[in-house]
Formats: sequence, C-alpha cells, structure tokens
Amino acid sequence: MELHSSQNPEQLLDFSGVALGYGDFTVLRDIDLRVQRGQVVAMMGGSGSGKTTLLRGATGQITAQQGTITAFGQDVAKVSPDELRKLRQRMGVLFQQGALFTDLNVFENVAFPLREHTQISEDQIVECVLDKLNAVGLRAAAHLKISEISGGMARRVALARAIVLEPELILYDEPFAGLDPISLGITAQLIRDLTDRLKCGSILITHDVIESFEIADQVYVVGQGRLLASGSPATLSQSTDPYVRQFLDGQPDGPIAFHYPETQAFKHWLGQQRGRP
Amino acid sequence: MNPVKGIRAIGAWVVNFIFGLGAFARLLWLILARSGAAIRRPGLVSQQVHFIGNYSLIIIAVSGLFVGFVLGLQGYYTLNRYGSEEALGLLVALSLTRELGPVVTALLFAGRAGTSLTAEIGLMKAGEQLSAMEVMAVDPVRRVLVPRFWGGVIAMPILAAVFSMVGIIGGWVVGVLLIGIDPGAFWSQMQSGVDVFKDVANGVIKSLIFGIAVTLIALYEGWNARATPEGVAKATTRTVVSGALVVLGLDFLLTALMFSN
Repeated sequence: MELHSSQNPEQLLDFSGVALGYGDFTVLRDIDLRVQRGQVVAMMGGSGSGKTTLLRGATGQITAQQGTITAFGQDVAKVSPDELRKLRQRMGVLFQQGALFTDLNVFENVAFPLREHTQISEDQIVECVLDKLNAVGLRAAAHLKISEISGGMARRVALARAIVLEPELILYDEPFAGLDPISLGITAQLIRDLTDRLKCGSILITHDVIESFEIADQVYVVGQGRLLASGSPATLSQSTDPYVRQFLDGQPDGPIAFHYPETQAFKHWLGQQRGRP
Repeated sequence: MNPVKGIRAIGAWVVNFIFGLGAFARLLWLILARSGAAIRRPGLVSQQVHFIGNYSLIIIAVSGLFVGFVLGLQGYYTLNRYGSEEALGLLVALSLTRELGPVVTALLFAGRAGTSLTAEIGLMKAGEQLSAMEVMAVDPVRRVLVPRFWGGVIAMPILAAVFSMVGIIGGWVVGVLLIGIDPGAFWSQMQSGVDVFKDVANGVIKSLIFGIAVTLIALYEGWNARATPEGVAKATTRTVVSGALVVLGLDFLLTALMFSN
C-alpha cells in the first residue's frame, strides 16, 4: 500500500486533483504531481499556461479551488499563518523577475534570509553568503548595488538568495530566462548538484526544453488549463502525443494555438473601434 | 446627467471613503500590533530615522531660515506701528513653536519624506519584493512598514524642533543684526513669554501627531498602490494632497483643543 504523503518523509510536495485560479477564474484543473527528496521536477508549458500559478499554490500564496496541496506532509490550505511561515522557511523560491530588494546591495540581498531567520555570527554570514555567491559566479560582485548589475546577474543573485538557507524544497520560476549560454549551462548544473548534495526537492518552471531535460528526473507539461503529460525526460522524448510533440519540437502548427483566442469582450471592443468616425 | 447615476456615484464615493477609512485604521492597527519588532531590532528604525530625517534636514533648515527671515520682517513692520518692536523675539518664537514649526515641517515632510516612502513601497510592490518577503516567511508589515512608521514618527518632532530653532535664528538675524533691535530685549522677551509646557510641549505634541498622520498616509498609499508606474505616480500624488489636507485639518482641531481657555 502506498504511504499517504503526510506519513512519507521523502515526499516534499503533493498536488492531488488540484484546481487553481484567481477569483472565479480557474487557470489549471485536475493537477496531480509529486516532488520527492533528491528529485528535480520540471514544469513546462507555454506562456500563460499557469506554471507560475502552480508555484503560487505550492507556497500558499493562493489556495486551491479544489483538491489538496500538501507540503512537508501538511495541507497548505489548513495550516495557521504561523505554521505557513514555518513551512515557507523550509522552501526557497527564485522569482520570475528576481524580486531583489533594491535598497540593499548584492551581499545584503543574499544575507537577508540569514539575518531574518538565523542567529549566526556576522563572520559566518559573510562566509556563507560569499560561498553562495561564488557558486553562481558573483563573489566579486558582492559590493555592487542592484541597479549596477545586469538582468542575468540579478537572476543569479536571486538564485543565490533562494538557496542560501539550504532549504528542503526549492522552487525556481524561469531560472534560465535572460542567461547567456555559459551561465545557463552552469546554472542548470548548479540546480542538479544542489538537489543531489542537499537531498532537497527542486521544481523548475521553465520553457527551456534542452537544459531542463538534461537535469530533470520528472517532467510535467501543462497547457490548455490542465496537465497534458508527465514522465521522465526519456519517456516524454519518445511521446507521440501531439501536444507534447508540438511543445518539445517548437512547431508553430498543432493543437496548441499560437493566437490568443477571440473573446466576446474583444469582439465588442473591435466593434467599437470600427464604429468610430 | 441622469439623477439615478448621480446618486449612485455619490453612494459609491461614500462607500469607498468609509471602506478606505476602515482599511487605513486596519493598517494602523497592524503596524501597532507588530511594533514589537521595532523594539527587538532598533537598528532598522534608526536606519529609517537617518533616511527620513537626515535627508529632509536641508530642506527643513533652509525653509525654517527663510520663514524666520519673513517673520522677522513682517513682525517688525507690525510691531513697529505700536512701538513694541522689542517683542519681536516673542512673536517669532511663539509663531514658530506653536504653529509654523509643526505645520510647515509636516507639509514639507509630506512632500519630501512622504512621497519617497510611498514611491519606495509602491515600487517594492511592483517589483514583487513584498511578495518575495512573504514567501521567504518574512512579514512585510513587520520588516518594511513598522520601521518606516516609527522612523517617521521619531524624525518629525526632531525636524520640527530644527525648523523652529533655525527660524528663531532667522528672526534674530533680521531683527537684531539687520534692523538693529536690542538683542537683550529680543531674547529676554522670548524667555519670559514662551511657556515650556503650554507652547513648546504643545508644539511637540502637534508635530508628533502630524508625524503619525503623514507617515501613515504615505505608507498606506504605497501599500495600496497599483503595481504599475502609473499607479505609483498616482499614489505619490495622493500622499502629498491627503497629507497636506489632513495636517491642516488636524492643526485647526489641535489648536482649538490646546490653546482655548
């Protein structure tokens, strides 16, 4: 018999029949996914397919409209604010836009979680922060202001901040966006190494098929408001499913429409535009 | 205009106003309830006192000096008609400690520090920094709003005191150095006529209340700003307009309470 997630310490995150959305609008439905310790899980899908919404569900920023999201064995929707804070302390999140604190320099941004959640000495903070900055290749940029670094560097600083507390579950929202090919390869390898070394779980939200297939243990493809396919990179590479094939091969024609669907609101707006003198 | 639409618009405005007041009071309560963090980490508050206070110092001091100059001149012209120009020191000191010090400082404070607080928090919101804090299990109210609130509340009376002090020096420069009023009369009339509790302490209380009002308005507007450049720009404007109106309204109420017989 399979252990329930709350009894299985290896299971870090579990989505069971989850529907997520904002207000009355549902972005994703019938989502089932699991993240185990030591596993890199890639979440793939087109722009606007709801990948970031999934991440917001995992961190408890939005609650599931249906189903259950369990993190570290606890139902995220049912925990108290204090328990949710404790759950979040066990997670590291790399935001899509980096979300670095612009009033702090590179060093202080990475040191932020340490100063907020630990009582370690200043010497230990310096050592730990420089170590993490070194891992992302930005040790010598520690003194720079956020306004002085490039977009790609900012993402690497954000990555260092996400991993500085060595969390049990790390969620990366588009970690490869804006990176040059060298940084991209090193960052992908870093994510794999960290997951193996810390024995943590990693969720990778990305469009980047080649890099993520190289490091992921499990891949989920989302689109059209649901989970389209899941499996190991090898399995998905062999898939004949037209949705999966179109996404992986980047084909313009197929079941996934490139054009945003026309809505009644758009038609109404267009009518008004054309009716203008 | 359709009268039904007009009534509906007024109703919506009233509902929005009451809703806004409730949200404002709720934010004040949240900040006060979580102010323990400011005591545990005084460094965060002193950083904000430095940021809010120090950077406003020049504008406050220069404005104080010119207001003092003008008070010296206008006061002299009026008092001279009655042959009581020696009372210029008293007039300048009372005008500054009771009214102009707290009020003008609060207006300048809304324009200088208030706008910067609103824009900073609004941009933090737009850049997902507040969400990032929340996800990092750091309460943004405790980490961002509480130190800024107490920083503003502490900085405001200090700035008002600086304004009044520089203003008195300005009045002295015009009255004593340029016009030639007897310095002994200038200072002694001030010393005997200004009451520490009735005048100075009431002025400090006023500036403290203005500090709470302006800082809270600035934080509220930043916190509730739409996360777009246009939203932040509008919120910054609202901080100055609401801050100035609230300061002037409160000043009337406080003056009526403090200086009536």
